[in-house]
Amino acid sequence: MIHFVLLISRQGKVRLTKWYSPYSQKERTKVIRELSGVILTRGPKLCNFVEWRGFKVVYKRYASLYFCMCIDQDDNELEILEIIHHYVEILDRYFGSVCELDLIFNFHKAYYILDELLIAGELQESSKKTVARLIAAQDSLVETAKEQASSISNIIAQATK
Amino acid sequence: MGSQGGFYQSKEFLDLVKSIGEARSKAEEDRIVLSEIETLKRRISEPDIPKRKMKEYIIRLVYVEMLGHDASFGYIHAVKMTHDDSLLVKRTGYLAVTLFLNEDHDLIILIVNTIQKDLKSDNYLVVCAALNVVCKLINEETIPAMLPQVVELLVHPKEAVRKKAIMALHRFYHKSPSSVSHLVSNFRKVHIMWLHLFQRLCDNDPGVMGATLCPLFDLITKDVNSYKDLVISFVSILKQVAERRLPKAYDYHQMPAPFIQIKLLKILALLGSGDKQASEDMYTVVGDIFRKCDSSSNIGNAVLYECICCVSSIYPNPKLLESAADVISRFLKSDSHNLKYMGIDALSRLIKISPEIAEQHQLAVIDCLEDPDDTLKRKTFELLYKMTKSTNVEVIVDRMIDYMIRINDNHYKTEIASRCVELAEQFAPSNQWFIQTMNKVFEHAGDLVNIKVAHNLMRLIAEGFGEDDDTADSQLRSSAVESYLRILGEPKLPSVFLRVICWVLGEYGTADGKFSASYITGKLCDVAEAYSNDETVKAYAVTALMKIYAFEIASGKKVDMLPECQTLMEELLASHSTDLQQRAYELQVVIGLDAHAVDCIMPSDASCEDIEVDKGLSFLDGYIQESIEKGAQPYIPESERSGILNISNFRNQDHNEASSHSLRFEAYELPKPTMQSRIPPASLASTELVPVPEPMYPRESYQTPVPSVSLDAGSSELKLRLDGVQKKWGRPTYSPATSTSNSTLQKTVNGITQVDGASTSNSRTRETYDSRKPQIEISPEKQKLAASLFGGSSKTEKRPAAVHKISKASSHVMEKSHVPKYSMEVASEKTASVQQPPDLLDLGEPTVTSTSPLVDPFKQLEGLLDTTQVASAVNHGSIAAIESPDMMTLYADTPAAIRNSDLLSGLSNPSIINMPGDTTTTQPMQSSKGPNLKDSLERDALVRQMGVTPSSQNPNLFKDLLG
Repeated sequence: MIHFVLLISRQGKVRLTKWYSPYSQKERTKVIRELSGVILTRGPKLCNFVEWRGFKVVYKRYASLYFCMCIDQDDNELEILEIIHHYVEILDRYFGSVCELDLIFNFHKAYYILDELLIAGELQESSKKTVARLIAAQDSLVETAKEQASSISNIIAQATK
Repeated sequence: MGSQGGFYQSKEFLDLVKSIGEARSKAEEDRIVLSEIETLKRRISEPDIPKRKMKEYIIRLVYVEMLGHDASFGYIHAVKMTHDDSLLVKRTGYLAVTLFLNEDHDLIILIVNTIQKDLKSDNYLVVCAALNVVCKLINEETIPAMLPQVVELLVHPKEAVRKKAIMALHRFYHKSPSSVSHLVSNFRKVHIMWLHLFQRLCDNDPGVMGATLCPLFDLITKDVNSYKDLVISFVSILKQVAERRLPKAYDYHQMPAPFIQIKLLKILALLGSGDKQASEDMYTVVGDIFRKCDSSSNIGNAVLYECICCVSSIYPNPKLLESAADVISRFLKSDSHNLKYMGIDALSRLIKISPEIAEQHQLAVIDCLEDPDDTLKRKTFELLYKMTKSTNVEVIVDRMIDYMIRINDNHYKTEIASRCVELAEQFAPSNQWFIQTMNKVFEHAGDLVNIKVAHNLMRLIAEGFGEDDDTADSQLRSSAVESYLRILGEPKLPSVFLRVICWVLGEYGTADGKFSASYITGKLCDVAEAYSNDETVKAYAVTALMKIYAFEIASGKKVDMLPECQTLMEELLASHSTDLQQRAYELQVVIGLDAHAVDCIMPSDASCEDIEVDKGLSFLDGYIQESIEKGAQPYIPESERSGILNISNFRNQDHNEASSHSLRFEAYELPKPTMQSRIPPASLASTELVPVPEPMYPRESYQTPVPSVSLDAGSSELKLRLDGVQKKWGRPTYSPATSTSNSTLQKTVNGITQVDGASTSNSRTRETYDSRKPQIEISPEKQKLAASLFGGSSKTEKRPAAVHKISKASSHVMEKSHVPKYSMEVASEKTASVQQPPDLLDLGEPTVTSTSPLVDPFKQLEGLLDTTQVASAVNHGSIAAIESPDMMTLYADTPAAIRNSDLLSGLSNPSIINMPGDTTTTQPMQSSKGPNLKDSLERDALVRQMGVTPSSQNPNLFKDLLG
């Protein structure tokens, strides 16, 4: 099971955090500080895994951004590396060659996408297409909502539906 | 792109993000965030905020909280937002609550109602959003309110909903297995629920099928035997997946649905463990995967690794073991640290079955052990820990201790210390070695080791190694005393270690007559003085003093208390700690007694003698008799009092119910025991109440057909369940389940193979050792280390001490001969690590490059879209609007077809599923590199317009993550 997902920049700035196991706000801050200390200082050729408090943290660097996932002892690290990559590919597809700035300003989008990919700490969907389709469906909702907001008659139609 | 990717938030928010991005220090960042919190606090409580504004405030709260600040003042607004009718607003609210709240937060009760309503919604997107929240926030108390609806959603027409409902169920089960079963107390309902789950295994949508594997994995982990009949189904699914029968959308880097394969392999590993028959069904498919897997990609290796895990878990098969060994050697020979790591891990799994495999890789293992990468090193220690024998324990434990001394990570220090202790206790070749090892462990990790370890050590010193050799025992003790006196000279020893030292000095300090009582007592006083804050150590020291004086008095010597000892006593007699005070007074009294009395209360070397305790208090018999004669009531033990038994039983049951869940949402049900038998995994905690059912269940399910024929399976299982109930009442006919006999069989077979391995290992190492000789570049130290680790080589054969506790003298010699060699190694290792400092300045990501040769559909897609981008490059705002519909249509065309593709028939339609660029060659991908660059330049221009400038601090902000 994945206990949490962290996105940290090379400067140690937090870009996204998602906790699948309960951690108090205090613990969260501590975890982030501790892990960014460990991960950001690791050399480029070392393992992408770190043992930490009886768990394993799998991380991967994309440009200046570190994607980290904390997993149980008996999970498959290589698989998690690929789940990270899977997420990045989906982000890339969504934002169109994604860069860190996209995630800084649209972190809530990144959360929505993550919610379609992982749930309850497990991979829920391994098809990029399906994830993309669901996100698109949600986004089309945004579009229609905007259109409807502009015309009162539509709002009335919505209300009577 | 479009409203999805564009920066459409208000200027204010953009400014916030920007200023935080440019903050030079943590303090500056905190200042900005705190002022933002003030602003939000003010704004958010204003009346009549438009929804759009409110949505943004909530997103800003999320941002603030993500940066580690407290945004709890806004939680209630997020909760309110979930009540909104518009999905758009609701979705933001739901996102915020999942990020803000933990499952035990008080506000959750306010959302439950909304979720219940939303789960019934006609719009599947609303249901999905609600299910996301269910997975995160529903706790044991609220599961009952959700469960029935979630179970209904298992057959929802939309696959996305089915998938999430399954995951919610998985989460419920994870949280509280008992309440899931307890709650759907109606037997039929549970039944239908699991039946739905099994049906989902045959769902048309591979995503749903994949999701079903998660809860099934949990169920099977808890109770393997009930699911043995599913082996065939899992094997056939895995086979179809491996044969690319799933839609192409599930391919990942040219592998067919690897994530599903991995899950299935995990399940098979559980089901095949210790079950020869089940394992035999799996051999073919696992062998196929070994052959088909693409070992050049990371995901291929992930699947291969999972195969090895599976092979090492199921009943051993020589051919598969061979394939596994091949893969392992490829992993270990790889340049990638990741693969080496996985190789070491896989090796430690496989050596349980075939111990000889480690020897082929001895040099690789030693390389990993000396690697500067801590992760790899620790994994290697784990492997060594698993392959420790009495022949190599000294080298391994020495290495571990050496590493333990150098690290600061307390968590790992504790772990490795306890491992050292465990290995030393189990395999110690000699007493001296044991004591020295323990000294080292205590000295460097004393406060981290379990206090039990200290007690074990004391007992070992007191009892000796259990041999009837008193001289050896006393030698052991005097060597311990000597080493402790030496160690006491060092500053700052851990408390636990000091206790051991005090105890041993008190007990045996003067025993061999080498040291005078005044010398020892002086040392003990020093300890008490130097560690005056530690009352436990002081107490140990005082008691040790008392023993020394007692032994002196008993042997008829005159006792002179040292002046420092006297001052210590004076201090302790007035101590605030009653314990210390009492000990001091006792000491005072003991010193005043005559030799005979002292010998009675403090006999020398009697710490191991049993003190007889008269539990029945028979010396009071006379007194009791007297009282009864005088008319007192005789005492009746609690267990014999009438009625008590029932009451305690009752309480037990009550307690059980209370622990399973606290809120009741349904009426009481009657047939409780049958229900518990139905839920095998859940009942683990509560089985004490129900004596029979566990073995019953496996037999039922053995007879059930594969659940794909779902309705039949349902009815037959239902009938069988009733059988089970009857059987429960007819308790005498109880017969042991077949599984137990199976497992014992397995054990013996395992035992035999292990013995085989051990006996052949010697000759094999010889061979490998010889074959290695021609390779000159391997340093002699490494070879020596390898030889001592892997138990081969002539050197170890000379060693008579290999067998536990036979000849102490010889092993002592061996130990000495080890020391110089060992220290030399450490030196060489150190220089090595100095030579290669990790390059922190290297910004390049080496692993990324490996992915670029793959045909990336996204990039091609971008290439296709690029024309529109160029056209609209002038007006940045409109790019998005034009671009996104295009993208959308591209996505939207494909999915409808996938939905209906049947997993079992395996008919996938390649023409629909293929991405537009999928079949094209690498050339378009090359050309798409250019547009990518342009794209990022565009974005660069866009954000510059908005005022975000890449500073020297963050040069990579604009870099493509996948670039």
